[in-house]
Amino acid sequence: MWKLANPGVFMAYSGRLLPWLWAATGAVLAIGLYQAFFVAPTDYQQGETVRIMFIHVPAAWFSMFCYTVMATSAIGTLVWRHPLADVSVKAAIPIGAVFTAVTLITGSLWGKPMWGTWWVWDARLTSVLVLFLMYLGLMALQNAFDDPGRAARVTAITVLVGFINIPIIKFSVDWWYTLHQPASVFRFDGPTIYPTILIPLLIMAAGFMLLFFALHITAMRAEILRRRIRKITLLKARGSTGPGRRTATFTTEPAE
Amino acid sequence: MGSAFLALLIRDTRLAFSHGSGAHLGLVFFLVFIVVLPIGVGPDLNLLSRLGPAFLWIGALLSVLLGLDRLFQIDSEDGTLDLMTMADLPLELTVLAKTIAHWLTSVLPLVLVSPLLGLMLNMSPEGIGMTALTLFVGSPALTLIGAVGAAVTTALPRGGMLLAILVLPLTLPVLIFGISTTNAVIVEGLPFRTPFLLLGAISLASLALAPFAAAAALRSGQG
Repeated sequence: MWKLANPGVFMAYSGRLLPWLWAATGAVLAIGLYQAFFVAPTDYQQGETVRIMFIHVPAAWFSMFCYTVMATSAIGTLVWRHPLADVSVKAAIPIGAVFTAVTLITGSLWGKPMWGTWWVWDARLTSVLVLFLMYLGLMALQNAFDDPGRAARVTAITVLVGFINIPIIKFSVDWWYTLHQPASVFRFDGPTIYPTILIPLLIMAAGFMLLFFALHITAMRAEILRRRIRKITLLKARGSTGPGRRTATFTTEPAE
Repeated sequence: MGSAFLALLIRDTRLAFSHGSGAHLGLVFFLVFIVVLPIGVGPDLNLLSRLGPAFLWIGALLSVLLGLDRLFQIDSEDGTLDLMTMADLPLELTVLAKTIAHWLTSVLPLVLVSPLLGLMLNMSPEGIGMTALTLFVGSPALTLIGAVGAAVTTALPRGGMLLAILVLPLTLPVLIFGISTTNAVIVEGLPFRTPFLLLGAISLASLALAPFAAAAALRSGQG
């Protein structure tokens, strides 16, 4: 952990690791998708639509896992000022947003044939939607700063405030839902999952975990390179004006 | 330290009442919001009385949100905030004093005027009383959570919309427990005590935690 704190060392290690990680991601996801679409049996009630669950459930798991990674990294930014922690937070936000969006979209596609509606104000659906909104807010916050150093700590604080709030929001939404109990809604705690469905699901979950880390490390590397380019551009802009006019330098910001 | 805290509290309160402060605008917005809703929903008095608590709560929430950017922005623009950061009084207490002053001058008036607006929405006396009571208990949480958002966005030139996007999801629990307490009284057979206590708990927890988060955000935003 501490040895990797140097971005240069991180770049070297991750550069060697990343092709293998992507290869493993592709292999596991290929096996998982094959299992999910061709091997797993159809559900006697849900028919073919049960296959959506093989995407939906892992996406939901890792949308929450991603926020945990961000919160851990945010502590790293605030407490230890770990130079990579902030890069990790920034890289994870869009990934989490996409995973949450995939959860919502696949859930909605599944809900139309099963529940007869694209959307219900169910406690689970609502809390995932709130999580999605929090990701969007963090993305907007992250983009609002032009200086990555200042953005880092402010974003870290916001991530942590959100992390404390997520269980409270979840609890309150559950409360709200039981208060407004609608007429008839599908219950999740029906029959236990059979191994023929569970095994492809777990393979898909492993694939999603690999996918998350592969995406995360790739995004972190891109962010480090982006910052390097920014720094080089700033140095160049400063150098070109000559030593005498250093105070009146106008630096060109690279487009992010 | 106590006197500095009090002095800051009094300063902010007096500034809010001074000419051109805009502290009363939240109140006007609240009124406009409550006038706009029946025009959208229709003048059905039964429907309005049923939706009344929700309207008042959402109106108060939006009104609080719109006023929040003033909490640190003005002091940040003229440099007062930098002086406060360097002062002997810990920044956490500075934030708390400013937030209390903000609540007293911008949010408490909303609570006080809510019974009047409740009458316009044809709400029952119990409904009006409960809405005012829950707003009184819950609005400190809205202000304190909002203060964190305000501190985060102070460093940004135009943080108003961003502030709302960041703060609104975090205020959902306050809204839920506030409205469900009120509905418990109006609609029979629902527990009243539990959501009310939870609402109070959120306010107290925000009181304990929000000043630290807001102060940390202010410090890092300035650097």
